[in-house]
Amino acid sequence: MSVIIVLIGFSLVVALGFLIAFLWSVKNGQFDDKYTPAVRILFDDKKKNSEKNNK
Amino acid sequence: MKCFHCGDECKDNSIRINDKLFCCLGCKSVYEILNNSDLCEYYNYNSSPGVGRKELPKRDYTYLDNPDIKEKIIDFSNDKYTSITLFIPTMHCSSCIWILENLYKLNPGIIFSRVDFLKKKLELKFMNVDTTLKEVIILLDSIGYEPVITGDRDDSERLTSESKKLYYRLGIAGFAFGNIMLLSFPEYLGISEGSSLSFNLFGYLNILLALPVLFYSASDYFISAFKGLRKKIVNIDVPIALGISVLFMRSIFEILSGTGAGFFDSMTGLVFFLLTGRLFQNKTYESLNFERDYKSYFPLAVNIIKEVQLLATSIDKIVVGDKMNIRHNEIIPADSILMRGDGLIDYSFVTGEAEAVSLKVGDKIYAGGKQVGGAIDAEVIKEVSNSYLTQLWNNKTFKKDSVNLIQEITNRISKYFTFAVVSIAVISFFYWFGNSTAIAFNTFTAVLIVACPCALALSAPFTLGNTLRIFGRNRLYLKNSNVIEDLSKTKKIVFDKTGTITQIGSEEVKYTGTELSEEEINILLSVTSNSTHPKSLSIHRLYKADRKFDITEDYDEIPGQGVKGRLGSKTLLLGSATFIDNYLGSNIILDNIKSSTVLMINDSVKGYFSFSNKYRDGLYDLVERLRRKYRLSVLSGDNESERTELKNLFPSKNQMLFNQSPLDKLDHIESLKAEGEHVLMLGDGLNDAGALKSGNVGIAITENANNFTPASDGILDSKSFVLLDKFLDFSRTSIKVIKINFAISFLYNIVGLSFAVSGNLSPIIAAILMPLSSISVVIFSMVSTNFLSKRIGL
Repeated sequence: MSVIIVLIGFSLVVALGFLIAFLWSVKNGQFDDKYTPAVRILFDDKKKNSEKNNK
Repeated sequence: MKCFHCGDECKDNSIRINDKLFCCLGCKSVYEILNNSDLCEYYNYNSSPGVGRKELPKRDYTYLDNPDIKEKIIDFSNDKYTSITLFIPTMHCSSCIWILENLYKLNPGIIFSRVDFLKKKLELKFMNVDTTLKEVIILLDSIGYEPVITGDRDDSERLTSESKKLYYRLGIAGFAFGNIMLLSFPEYLGISEGSSLSFNLFGYLNILLALPVLFYSASDYFISAFKGLRKKIVNIDVPIALGISVLFMRSIFEILSGTGAGFFDSMTGLVFFLLTGRLFQNKTYESLNFERDYKSYFPLAVNIIKEVQLLATSIDKIVVGDKMNIRHNEIIPADSILMRGDGLIDYSFVTGEAEAVSLKVGDKIYAGGKQVGGAIDAEVIKEVSNSYLTQLWNNKTFKKDSVNLIQEITNRISKYFTFAVVSIAVISFFYWFGNSTAIAFNTFTAVLIVACPCALALSAPFTLGNTLRIFGRNRLYLKNSNVIEDLSKTKKIVFDKTGTITQIGSEEVKYTGTELSEEEINILLSVTSNSTHPKSLSIHRLYKADRKFDITEDYDEIPGQGVKGRLGSKTLLLGSATFIDNYLGSNIILDNIKSSTVLMINDSVKGYFSFSNKYRDGLYDLVERLRRKYRLSVLSGDNESERTELKNLFPSKNQMLFNQSPLDKLDHIESLKAEGEHVLMLGDGLNDAGALKSGNVGIAITENANNFTPASDGILDSKSFVLLDKFLDFSRTSIKVIKINFAISFLYNIVGLSFAVSGNLSPIIAAILMPLSSISVVIFSMVSTNFLSKRIGL
């Protein structure tokens, strides 16, 4: 039965890891703005696309 | 034909670049700026993403070179770079985000720019050697994103840290809840490993996991319960705190003594659910500000004439005797005397007078008025904070702490609830005491545990939180969910007139007299085009349509009286009755048209123009509906000229008060409250600020939610003005839903209590009953509010 103690130890460590990741993300401001990053990622990073617009 | 930049209708196709049409030079100039910097990708993300400008920006930003003023608006600055956060209400789409985050392509001095779209904020960093604050702001203005620059810091920073704390608490409670559930499963399923070591291990782990929940996640409930008790109020947090502490102590005792598994899963679950409710209730409208005072309306700086130079001066540095130079469309920040120029002051936002006032040299100008003619000089006679309008904020209404964090409805119930639970616990304790002390303690604690009002405490947050969202969808933005309960008690509604039930800037002009020929219209258009007086503009608009007109000869304007002009053989006079009388040297104008604007061409009076306020669409029906349920009245800073028209809307028994100063309005609301009325005040301008603050609920009406609105409990978009009665109805509906919820949670409590008093409450029953009651309350709140709101059409 002692294997269960090891497993519980592991599960708690993993869960604690997620908790710390969550707390870090809140502290880091990832929950401050829940809208703009979703839009920002859709912008193209094209350098030269002026020909298309200047017709 | 739509403008390529802003999407407005183009009048003709005179303003164009290649095949692209623009509605105005402003839009064209923005396109040129973007095109020159190769930033036309802006137009790819949305069609016509720009903001209509109508004119080229020519605002004066020289005050931004003043170090005092700079200090007030920047976040941080060192010798290398400066960072600043700007509020830009005009941002509205993804193109806006794109262009604002690519500002460095327009000004290489900008090294960082990031948008927070929901807050409508732009964070900027720029190198001091390459550019200046003024250049950056002018750049933003030139591409149509004029930042709102005010000296007062908003409290969004504080709000963010509050909500972060809630996330921390919720995260920790959720983590502990999940793990304790997992560790408690063997116990529930009756699996016994046979080894006492592992049993204790689970128990001790649970204690360890529950500690941060008790001391961190749930700390607010203990603090609030303690604060309440000190004020002799039994708020809802008292039974919650009691329940949590009893749960904790009994569980510790059971685990340490080896008599049971404890109730840690129930305890952490309870805290987790409660915090979830709080998160749901904390819906905030991040780009709106409900706490603004005159400082956000007034300019940050004004030009002071020092010897012969103009010097931008921060308005709190203005002293009595300073000479201010005020240009067209600028706001006068302090009471002053007109020294030079023709004053034409628009006070509509400040005193409620709909019509601009003409002033002569020597007349007094009140702070907050907006000059709408040419430039004027004025000498300050009172400092900004002591001016006629601003001293309103020295009134005691603005000093008292009106924050009411606790909800009345739950608190009323919780008082009886707590006493009932404690007495049941005590009675059952003594009932069992004769048999066995152990069972007596068991039942005593079990009653306190099972009766912990989780469902009761969740009912209000979820119902009110959802109501807040439903209102928000219908463009009524409330400061917080407590306002809903106050709104539901409304008995008396007080309206401001100018800007609230009438629409500012849309006067109705009516012409009475002999019909005008095209030739006469030509000269009328020609003469009125020279004047910036609002009445001239209105008359000009009335006839303009597609007409072209010639240029006036011999134009003359007598401030406060009228205009005169000649075109060919015709001479036109347009002005007040006195103006015409003086010209003719006789009293020929009839009394009943004294307040109108008289038109005379070649010495013969053609007729007169009368101006009346335009009431909001649907106002009549709304008042009709409201009248059945509430007492209504109108407060106006304007004169009585519209009494007769308002009488149709608000029949005799309703009160109408005119010529009300901002302080009169405040006092009127105070006296209504003293009579025991529950008052809802609707206003729009700074002159209503006192009344809005003083009313049980104050709602500010605005054409655009991002415009300036005085401090209030809610902001109502004028498009939803006609829904007012539905909002009030629905606020009462939500209170009813909360009450039904209370009944549901009582039912669960009775079931739980029957287990508890008989001494049969096991951890598993507690662990099932508690989430079940909470979840059913939450589901009922959400479903019923959504369903009922659909039914009344919100």
